[in-house]
Amino acid sequence: MIEVEQLSKSYGPREAIKGLSFQVEKGEVVGFLGPNGAGKSTTMNILSCIMPASSGTAKICGFDVFEQSLEIRKLIGYLPETPPLYADMVVYDYLAFAARLRNVPLKNTQSAVEQVIEKCSLKEVSERIIGRLSKGYQQRVGIAQALVHNPDILILDEPTIGLDPIQIIEIRKLIQELALSHTIILSSHILPEITQICKRVIIISDGKIAAVDSLEALTTRLRKGERLLLKVRQSSSEILEKLRGVEKVNAVSEEQPGQFTIDCEPNADIQDEIAQLSLNNKWGIVELKPASMTLEDVFLKLTLEENEAQ
Amino acid sequence: MKNMWIIAKKDLGSFFNSPVFYSLTTVFLILNGFIFFNILNFFSLQSFQAQQMRGGGAGLNLNEMVFEPSFHNMAVILLLVIPLITMRSFAEEKKSKTFALLLSSPIHLVEIIAGKFLACMIVVGLMILLSAYSTGYLMLIGQPETGPVITGYLGILLMSGCYVSMGLFASSLTDNQIIAAVISFGLALFMWIIGWGAQASGSGLGQLLEYLSLITHLEHFLKGLISSSDLVYYLSFIFFGLFLTHRVLESSRWR
Repeated sequence: MIEVEQLSKSYGPREAIKGLSFQVEKGEVVGFLGPNGAGKSTTMNILSCIMPASSGTAKICGFDVFEQSLEIRKLIGYLPETPPLYADMVVYDYLAFAARLRNVPLKNTQSAVEQVIEKCSLKEVSERIIGRLSKGYQQRVGIAQALVHNPDILILDEPTIGLDPIQIIEIRKLIQELALSHTIILSSHILPEITQICKRVIIISDGKIAAVDSLEALTTRLRKGERLLLKVRQSSSEILEKLRGVEKVNAVSEEQPGQFTIDCEPNADIQDEIAQLSLNNKWGIVELKPASMTLEDVFLKLTLEENEAQ
Repeated sequence: MKNMWIIAKKDLGSFFNSPVFYSLTTVFLILNGFIFFNILNFFSLQSFQAQQMRGGGAGLNLNEMVFEPSFHNMAVILLLVIPLITMRSFAEEKKSKTFALLLSSPIHLVEIIAGKFLACMIVVGLMILLSAYSTGYLMLIGQPETGPVITGYLGILLMSGCYVSMGLFASSLTDNQIIAAVISFGLALFMWIIGWGAQASGSGLGQLLEYLSLITHLEHFLKGLISSSDLVYYLSFIFFGLFLTHRVLESSRWR
């Protein structure tokens, strides 16, 4: 559905993205992950035909983003980083305008707008002026705008930015619903979001792809060792030392008083040993559990490794 | 065509929703009305004197003495007003990032520019139409020649088209409305007075400068004459301005 090859873009001397290549299949939900300024928005701008790439090709449904951009623009719905809202327009009129811009015939415009208002739960604000809405509603109008012509492909640049937790959950649900019938690319620097919505993640760092994989694969690939969490009632440097003395333990650190993370070799199976140790020394064990690496750790590890390599 | 109208309709909506349009129209109508009143007053005084001295106002002409100066003055006021109408066209879209919506829609850049041009022209046309009560009044109480009045309005509209296309060009250069207004005002004024350079330069260049001036081409229209050279001048001026706008917007995508 979407094929990107060796895509590069420079703004003057600064290279925003350097030779990106990836594919997105029909019906997939792919997350772009990366720190601010990594090139996520630039890539999305190129895919939605707003700016041409400096080199490389990007094809959507077989159409080239540069040569046949008009065809592509019929297929995509795009929510830029800043939602493109006319502050002085009424929500309903704005959505009707967006629908007309995207070639929705005049006679279908009303039903298209009403559907999208329903989908994004904008009913109670549909007659209000956009500039007076809260940030959350504005963001939803932005999403509605990308959906109004029912495109095959949705490109959403940080769709949940500026929303409160309840709204985030709603938008997430909406995106999950949309994922059933659309191909979606979304970007974020908020990790839990990507974890919950996307099946595949493309991690971009400094204009290059750091990793492309499914979430599970990424987490397991990066778990070069195992990690245990130990919580005890006491806290002293003696505990730290004793823990470090255990066989197969690579590193121990005290996160908070009485809370230790223990990194050990893969398949070390040292829980018994540690439990015994704490019982013998009367540390007052509260909790001992394996800690899996969150995407957050994966992300940090990947992007930091990248920087160290340079 | 359809897409152009969609854009134009949206722009017209925001014109009529904003106080800018209403304040501009009010100022335009007041200034225009005041000038019209004074010109008419002067004319009636003259004809009154002529009547006393020569027994009849022969040689006094409503077209030459009222319509022509009114049109001239309207051209000056439009020079001040139109940059304020066109300044937001692209600057505002860029500032509020709404341009991305237009650019990611299946619509040609040419259609966007044409739509915005159309919207500005409709607004200007509406303002001129509102001020036409003075013409109507003169038609009622006097017997002016209608030909020069119609061509006068045509000339004013074409000249406004030039202002608008320069204004759109200025607006495409920046995302700041004030800078856009300043640039388009400067450009329009320069194109107005460029003919003054004719005296200082030689005959060849002088003629060229004279020809380039916006105001010299209005004269024939005010006299009731539609000459092809004036028409070509105004239309190519408008086209050139819109062409530059297109180039600027297209190249800004590449940066």
